[in-house]
Amino acid sequence: MITEPAPGLVTAATGPNSTVLSVRGLTVDYLTDGAPVRACDDVSFTLRRGEILGVAGESGSGKSTLITALTRLQRPPAVTTEGSIEFHSRDGSVDLVSLSASELRALRWTSLAIVLQSAMDALNPVMRIGAQFVDVLRSHDKGLGRKDAWARASELLGMVGISADRVRSYPHELSGGMRQRASIALALACGPELVVMDEPTTAVDVVMQRQILAQVLRLRRELGFSVVFVTHDLSLLLELADRIAIMYAGRIVEIDTAHSLYANPRHPYTRGLRDSFPPLRSPLRRLSGIPGSPPDLRNPPAGCAFHPRCPDRFEGCDQERPLLVDGVACRLHQSGENRA
Amino acid sequence: MKRRWAFLLRRLGFYLAAAAAAIGLNFLLPRLMPGDPSSAIVEELERVSGQQVPAETLMSIRAIFGNPSDNLAQQFVDYLQQLSHFDLGVSVVNFPVPVADLVWQALPWTLLLVGTTTVVAFAIGTLLGVIAGWKAGSRFDAVLTPLTTFLSSVPYFWVALLALWVFGFILGWTPLSGGYDADLAQGFSFAYAVSVLHHGVLPAATIVFSAFGGWLLGMRNMTVTTVREDYVLLAQAKGLSTARVMFRYAARNAMLPSFTGFAMALGGVVGGALLTEIVFSYPGIGYLLYEALQKRDYPMMQGVFLLITLAVLLANLVADLAYVVLDPRIRERG
Amino acid sequence: MRASLLTSWKVRFGLAVLGLFVLLAIFGPMLGSDPRANDISAIAEPPSRDHLLGTTQFGQDVLAQTIAGARGSMLVGILAAAIGTVIAIAVGVPAGYFGGAVDNGLNFLTNLFLVMPVLPLILIVAGYVQGTGLWVIALIIGLFGWSGGARTLRAQAMSLSNRDFVLAMRMLGEPHRRLIFAEVLPHLSGWISAMFLHGMIGGVMAEAGLAFLGISDSGSISWGTMIQSAQQQSAVLRGLWWWFVPPGLCIALIGTAATLVNFGVDELSNPKLRLARRSVVTRARLVPRRGEV
Repeated sequence: MITEPAPGLVTAATGPNSTVLSVRGLTVDYLTDGAPVRACDDVSFTLRRGEILGVAGESGSGKSTLITALTRLQRPPAVTTEGSIEFHSRDGSVDLVSLSASELRALRWTSLAIVLQSAMDALNPVMRIGAQFVDVLRSHDKGLGRKDAWARASELLGMVGISADRVRSYPHELSGGMRQRASIALALACGPELVVMDEPTTAVDVVMQRQILAQVLRLRRELGFSVVFVTHDLSLLLELADRIAIMYAGRIVEIDTAHSLYANPRHPYTRGLRDSFPPLRSPLRRLSGIPGSPPDLRNPPAGCAFHPRCPDRFEGCDQERPLLVDGVACRLHQSGENRA
Repeated sequence: MKRRWAFLLRRLGFYLAAAAAAIGLNFLLPRLMPGDPSSAIVEELERVSGQQVPAETLMSIRAIFGNPSDNLAQQFVDYLQQLSHFDLGVSVVNFPVPVADLVWQALPWTLLLVGTTTVVAFAIGTLLGVIAGWKAGSRFDAVLTPLTTFLSSVPYFWVALLALWVFGFILGWTPLSGGYDADLAQGFSFAYAVSVLHHGVLPAATIVFSAFGGWLLGMRNMTVTTVREDYVLLAQAKGLSTARVMFRYAARNAMLPSFTGFAMALGGVVGGALLTEIVFSYPGIGYLLYEALQKRDYPMMQGVFLLITLAVLLANLVADLAYVVLDPRIRERG
Repeated sequence: MRASLLTSWKVRFGLAVLGLFVLLAIFGPMLGSDPRANDISAIAEPPSRDHLLGTTQFGQDVLAQTIAGARGSMLVGILAAAIGTVIAIAVGVPAGYFGGAVDNGLNFLTNLFLVMPVLPLILIVAGYVQGTGLWVIALIIGLFGWSGGARTLRAQAMSLSNRDFVLAMRMLGEPHRRLIFAEVLPHLSGWISAMFLHGMIGGVMAEAGLAFLGISDSGSISWGTMIQSAQQQSAVLRGLWWWFVPPGLCIALIGTAATLVNFGVDELSNPKLRLARRSVVTRARLVPRRGEV
């Protein structure tokens, strides 16, 4: 059963607007033959219950690293070297970073689920779709019978609009959109409180993309889970997310509500990102890109990592690295005492 | 479903063609050789037995090894007729025992020895390979993998020689040759079974020893690659037990290429571990072929070769059937 | 690529061993004593100062034989690998590049040789071709051992010929022959050299196996003929271990070296394998406490 927080039983820890995730100073290094490469640098943010937080950035901005670190799915050479990930689940608060493997396993899927970028790659090609629901359902609910688990799998597929007879199909027998929806249904199988989504709509066409996003919003409303949604597509987040974090060179450079981030971007990079694609609903504006290319993380620039490409840089930007203060990490918006 | 059947039909067609090619090759080889092998065989037979070759035997030899007075088409028809009765000719060395009988006698020995060891070697190699690949970079992997690389490069028969020298000669734990104790009557007696096991343990051990490494290395690398696949990552994210992720997700997919190799190896079982059988004078198909080769017993050579080839083809066909079950995506494998 | 190739200990070790054996094969026979000389005073003697690796039943020096055997075995290995590689290229590349009917025919041929039991086939052919020299042995091994390589090359050539730059040049009317030799083959050089290495060790092993079965030139010396004559003189049953241990060890060493080189090359071309190296894993473990899976 999907355990929704029943109304009336809302406690301080699980009530609406309570914090479900607070990440503090998360730092991830890739240990290479040379000096370690810092892919995530001092990342901090909080996520409220039922909220959708969008994370946007170019490739190489550290957003995928952030996902594997958040879910403790990273493998060598990636290593979390600093920081904490406080997860306030129904059963109490834990720091995901220091959790033991068995404690973590108990938490997985019942509290913390993930949707990966390509469902084609994320589903086991030699197992029926239904069997991939059944094994996770039964491993977290030992009392669940085989037959009931298969029925539950059909029910979950129905939730995302896939007919029940597809439960016996293999992944390659479904269309791309169906696969993607199936893996979202799979993520919701054990009633998680937090679902991390890694660009779940990049592999499908625009029409399917809209459909999937609408479904995510509807399911979130019905089931009340929180989402961290990672993508390179800022316009998509503007439609979907409550708040958005912008990442650049492994750091969060700006975090704000979707509305004010769009209406009033404060970081020059956010502005550049916003102005580099056409808005979906508002009248067209002049498009402009961001000159230059993302920095090489093996050899990041001194000071603010964005300064070589920044149209608004001024003296000191190439030496002083601005910290994230009041939702933005830019010296334009910081008074002297806040500069690091 | 339809595509699966099309795939299987195409494969079946291929194996039929391959079987035809093998039979054709078997037919042509003696006829391409200089001179007239069938006359040579008849002469040899008469020399060995000291009597005139019966007309019936003469006919069968002519059918298999060529009859200069007939044209090639007529010869091929005769040859096929001969084969359809499972008549592979008469052994020169063991005159007048038919080749088919000798092959039939040797077959169980090879199936027993090489069949078991092939399965055991595959099981051990695959299991260790999965573990080494799963824990790639661990001490287990860092020691086992290079060691296995060395072991799998050691020539088969040399390991057998070494084993025979150490366990048979120095320690005297095992007999030095043969497949059973010749003093015992063949049959289902306890003493006979013990002697078969006693004779078989060293050849079996050497085959497993030199064959598991190949499986291990292949499986290790496939597992390393598979473990990085998204579906394994997702299985871990699902909080499934390590064993389940390792076997149902990683190993299950990683073993698909290995499986084809395994099926081929099973086909090779009939051919036997040629060299191992020879080192231990084990009374199987491989030893039979070796003896035939040594004594220029052409009928025997041809018969054993045909049997081995057909067995390999059959095993490949079975492998394709099984593959369709194991991998729901039917790949175009040509 | 070339510079990074040498950073792997596997490649360095493998190439060093291979190089050593090549040198031994070329120059070895010049310094050693005569491998055919019979020392009547030392018959089947264990290693001593006069004969570092002992002598055979016929009083021949095992060390000198092993060195001479390096030449015979390497010759067959390299020759067989060259023949096999050339056939594999000639069959696999056009099949993958042209596709269609050409592919159907060539691929059928490849599959046919792939499923045929090679060792028995070689035995039969060699059985009819009596009293063969090392050159003929190498030829036979090469002729029957190309199919695996051809399959790999076919797959690679197929994916290459569908790449944009080849398609574009095809449309520009570039002749096929030029495209194959100037564009496709150079891109396959990595595969081809791995295949050659693989073929070489396969050739050495097959020669040894054939010699062991008595199919070889009794006049020439290779590691295979050494083991075979040891077997024939019942060296095992008489405990003359120094006779058959050195040649087998040499074959194993060469095989290991070739496998290690190919292993190292695999690690370079497959980043997933590279990430599984011990250095990466230990380094990650040294970081205290913080997460891994």
